[in-house]
Amino acid sequence: MRWGVIVFPGSCDDHDVYDCLKLVLKQKVEFLWHKDTLNRNLDCVVLPGGFSYGDYLRCGAMGRFSPIMQGVVDFAKRGGLVLGICNGFQTLCEAGLLPGALVRNISLQFVCRPVYLRVEETDTPFTSAAKKGQLLRMPVKHGEGCYYADELTLERLAKNRQILLRYVDSKGHPTPAANPNGSLDNIAGVCNEDRNVFGLMPHPEDAGEKILGSEDGLKIFSSIIAACGKQESKAWRA
Amino acid sequence: MRAKIFISFKEGVLDPQGKAVERSLHTLGYREVQDVRVGKYLEIELEAASRETAQARIREMCDKLLANPVIEDYRFEIEAEKPSGVSGQPKTGPKAES
Repeated sequence: MRWGVIVFPGSCDDHDVYDCLKLVLKQKVEFLWHKDTLNRNLDCVVLPGGFSYGDYLRCGAMGRFSPIMQGVVDFAKRGGLVLGICNGFQTLCEAGLLPGALVRNISLQFVCRPVYLRVEETDTPFTSAAKKGQLLRMPVKHGEGCYYADELTLERLAKNRQILLRYVDSKGHPTPAANPNGSLDNIAGVCNEDRNVFGLMPHPEDAGEKILGSEDGLKIFSSIIAACGKQESKAWRA
Repeated sequence: MRAKIFISFKEGVLDPQGKAVERSLHTLGYREVQDVRVGKYLEIELEAASRETAQARIREMCDKLLANPVIEDYRFEIEAEKPSGVSGQPKTGPKAES
């Protein structure tokens, strides 16, 4: 399968994702400059973490209008897999590809620490390699990761089982103390209704090798690899 | 023309910055403060044939980029750049020939 990692001005985890995919998982991966058009032969597009456009106005607000984003929207509509990590998650929310928004951490402080995540749903291309209820340890590093959505949206997310990851303690309980940013319902990651677009605040690419303290992030990437291996007709390569 | 745009969090959206300011005001003795919400204020100078055109364009800018409808509300005022009665050169200097 082929991966593309978008590089916005201000992206800073693009190389982390690239290295994790290329060196650890031996994947075919290319960088996509935000001014380019989207390569049509891709299977999964990653919007990496960082501070696109300096986070001016709102995080992801300007990144969503980068020339490549129209291609990402079309790709997602055709069923292509789109993964947004941290700033990428913020950008996907701003673009309307994912519900809700990410606002300032309730502590007002930048948080940078490992967290435990509980896998809530596994019938998605992003979490199928994990077990339901499994705990994953990955780092978060953000100042604006507090997930917000209105009540109606939250109800719809629950009903459609779009909440894929929650912040939990080491025993798997979604306590306030385990919530690093004040996210509603301890939400760490959500997917769209069609389950082909996924955004999360924690960084799986920074938990891809033992030397980094955890290999749990590979669960996300290996789920995607498995999903693309199974997919016979790649409709999104229109 | 000049647009003055006020963007604020919708009700129900947490505003930790506002809370921090509220606590500081309390510390300073302003016990009467009940709630503080911190928002954004933008001034945009624009050319428009009429006030109505300017309003429509500014509304579009707010919906598209300046505010996020999921978390924010906005309102704006449009005013003529120079108050009437004040004469003088435009501050950007003479306009280029078109």
